[in-house]
Amino acid sequence: MIKRQITLTVNGRDHEVWVVPSDSLLDVLHDELGMADVRYGCGEGVCGTCTVLLDDEPVNGCLTLAVQAAGHRVTTLRGLMGPGEEMHPLQECFLRRGASQCGFCTPGMILTALDLIRRAGRPTRDEIRYALVGNLCRCTGYTKILDAIEEYADQ
Amino acid sequence: MTTPDLQSLTTPYRIVGTSPAHHDFVDKVKGSLHYAADWQLPGMLHGRIVRSPVPSARITGIDVAAARALPGVFAVLTAADVPSNQIVELASGGLAELQVTMPVLAADRVRYMGEPVAVVAAATAQLAHEAAELVSVDYEELPGVFDPEAARAAGAPLVHDVGNTLVSWQIHCGDVAAALAAADVVIEGEYRSQHVEHAYLEPEAGVGWLENGVLTLRVSTQVIEHAAMIAHILGLPQSKVRVIAAYMGGGFGGKEDMTVEPYLALLVWHTRRPVRMIWDRQESLVASTKRHPFIMRYRTGADRDGTITAQQVEIIGDAGAYPNLSPRVLFAAAACACGPYRVPNASITSTAVFTNNVPASAFRGFGAMQVVFGYEAQIDQLAMRLGLSRTELRERNFLAKGDLLPTGERLDTCVEVAQTMHRALALLGEPPRPSGPGRLTGRGLGCNRHPYGRTIWFRDRASAWLSVQADGTVLIRSGVTDLGAGQAASLCQIAAEVLGAPLDDISIYIGDSALNPPAGGTFATRQLYMSGNAVLHAARELRDRMAPVAADLLGAAQDDLDWAGGRVRAHPEGLSLSLAELAAACDKRSVSTAHLSTWRAEAGSFDPSTGQGDTFPDYTYGTHAADVEVDTETGQVTVLRYAACHDVGRAINPMRVQGQIQGGAMQGLGYALTEDMAIEDGYVQAILFANYLIPNAQDFPDVLVDIVESGEGKGPLGARGIGEPPIGNVAATIASAIQDAIGVRPDRLPMTPERILALLDKRRQT
Repeated sequence: MIKRQITLTVNGRDHEVWVVPSDSLLDVLHDELGMADVRYGCGEGVCGTCTVLLDDEPVNGCLTLAVQAAGHRVTTLRGLMGPGEEMHPLQECFLRRGASQCGFCTPGMILTALDLIRRAGRPTRDEIRYALVGNLCRCTGYTKILDAIEEYADQ
Repeated sequence: MTTPDLQSLTTPYRIVGTSPAHHDFVDKVKGSLHYAADWQLPGMLHGRIVRSPVPSARITGIDVAAARALPGVFAVLTAADVPSNQIVELASGGLAELQVTMPVLAADRVRYMGEPVAVVAAATAQLAHEAAELVSVDYEELPGVFDPEAARAAGAPLVHDVGNTLVSWQIHCGDVAAALAAADVVIEGEYRSQHVEHAYLEPEAGVGWLENGVLTLRVSTQVIEHAAMIAHILGLPQSKVRVIAAYMGGGFGGKEDMTVEPYLALLVWHTRRPVRMIWDRQESLVASTKRHPFIMRYRTGADRDGTITAQQVEIIGDAGAYPNLSPRVLFAAAACACGPYRVPNASITSTAVFTNNVPASAFRGFGAMQVVFGYEAQIDQLAMRLGLSRTELRERNFLAKGDLLPTGERLDTCVEVAQTMHRALALLGEPPRPSGPGRLTGRGLGCNRHPYGRTIWFRDRASAWLSVQADGTVLIRSGVTDLGAGQAASLCQIAAEVLGAPLDDISIYIGDSALNPPAGGTFATRQLYMSGNAVLHAARELRDRMAPVAADLLGAAQDDLDWAGGRVRAHPEGLSLSLAELAAACDKRSVSTAHLSTWRAEAGSFDPSTGQGDTFPDYTYGTHAADVEVDTETGQVTVLRYAACHDVGRAINPMRVQGQIQGGAMQGLGYALTEDMAIEDGYVQAILFANYLIPNAQDFPDVLVDIVESGEGKGPLGARGIGEPPIGNVAATIASAIQDAIGVRPDRLPMTPERILALLDKRRQT
């Protein structure tokens, strides 16, 4: 297949990458750009571990083609942090509440929750649950994740 | 919002018993942790396994020519290319099981769908895919056997020539036949559980390379000690294989056996290049090990007052096509079959049977969790039959310190299961009312006794190395692997407590078979017990060695020294010196500031012919309680409230303890109500993650947690293990609640709406 060059804007920085049309955004971010915070979990759009924000909207990186992301802003979890790795307040809440165990789902959880709170302000616990159905966690049982998100929403 | 009780109220310690969010948590919330799939090396190839599409067949030919001819393909390997084509797994240490060889790559026979047949390495993952598809394998299908009871029948197709019964454990005490005959009441029941997928979010993955002639693998694994097995497969000295365990994206027992390791090792060895292998989720669903489905038949005899006099238990587990860890899983089931109850006459058989299903192996709970569904059903039935309350009947029969188990072992730590029962029920509050017509509510509970630590005859040990650096900071080296349960972080808390170093001054290096003292794998809820004790003892011994120097410099008695905040102080308001100053003083006097310590678990033996002897070092006890609502029109079960309480002995980090209990309970809820890795005639049905329903954030309520700290565990500072225990109670608790609501006990997992409707029909008919 023929590769073509596209420009991906990720976390405010432009990257020129060569891709084939079938390359997923997940593969390009993870393998070409070395972004370990965007992770393969299922490749079906079920688990949400590859969640990124595309123009502030959460999408599954595994179901988005890299070429579709050209011309849009891509934000990964690490894009939420300051230049000196200062954590976003929602990350602080996750840390304080013990909302990570193995940590594999954490970037997707945080990005999805952040989008919800930007849209809904102070969602109810049930609204948070609803927003997170596409982000699976096998370790925590969700309780501490919900606690962390509520604490952030209260701020 | 639940209120976190993050600080143990009873802890006499400064750092142990608090809930710092440190170490791995920080990288995890920043997204900066590098998991097994996150490494790339120059010239790295991509590996892929060719797997059998059929469950039982003879291989009559393999043609790899087309795959090898594909440009960009560097290796296509089959059984003939494996120096020693066997994975040696004697899970019970050879105590009682059949000896069966598991090939790395099948040579002439495949025994389950998904069994590896060939392995390829190519320049890109896409090319590796294409090459794998070009490997042409001729299969002549053979009759298979897919049900463990059918596999035990005469004339059943043999999965292995030596027979289909892998192991059959027996535990007997007293005279069960006489006791059952004399019992006032006898309860009977048959209970069945299903195949279950671990569904860790990080699929099996790793990268391997050669460095100074050493084959090095950095993989997602619970067990770096597999390095020895990999060396054996490649015919290499053990010193030439190194395994590094990345922090795992979940494991739950599914990364206790080898996954990618032997295949990566073969490809690296043959190509002499770095190779990465990541299993597709869909590949993982089909071919990774599962939790054993059990058939459990219980008979329980009791006196009129509710005192249990006898129990007869038959357990049959579907091991699948190869032994893996089945012998030990079925052993744990036998050893825990009577639960936290006194049973003076017991007869237990627990049998692992080969079938042509995908192999079952370790999964959080390890046999001891399936049987809870059986023994708690018997207890509830007994209470109903005798007209006693479920709590009263339990209290009449709970084990106590000093009691004998059916194996003849005496319990030598306290049993606070009654306290956990009352506390769990108290968390639920007032029982809810049905939300509308056609709906019934019920409250249930489930108690358990779950082992922590390896089976005692393995004479388990763990080592740890500690050092106070010249600047007063502390290094820990331990071969522990970290599943995400805080295995490494807890060790830091223990070392900080003893040495008085601030947590931020401690770094821990883990999971490297070459550079760390061996800790044993992270499984069997053993690492806090084993490595926690190793670090505790190493830290104490190191402190004791440095104490005379500090005492001399401070003009104080050694016993009066207080180690805290990175300083050593002479009590009460005396002089102090920093750990850096103490390290310098020790160096000047040739007193080493580094120390290696090996901690050994208690040893014992088990006689499989009599079923008597030592089984596990100790147990964790707990109770879960739940309110459910059953929709009698649809059979849908809604969990309204869920509470869990365990005696953890001593909570090293209460927040992480809560997390283990909440996460274990949630996995248990999936097991109880939604998860079923259906296998039809050897064919795995859930070939997409979308087909396998693990709980999402909406499915179940918050898990309310209460923690008992009896201080009597055998782990460091009196801790008990808590990794596996909280998954055990759940299915029994939900079944108990459903029974309370509809009057019939579910006896089959998962408790789907269809099955609940069938029970409701049964109730109407009777």
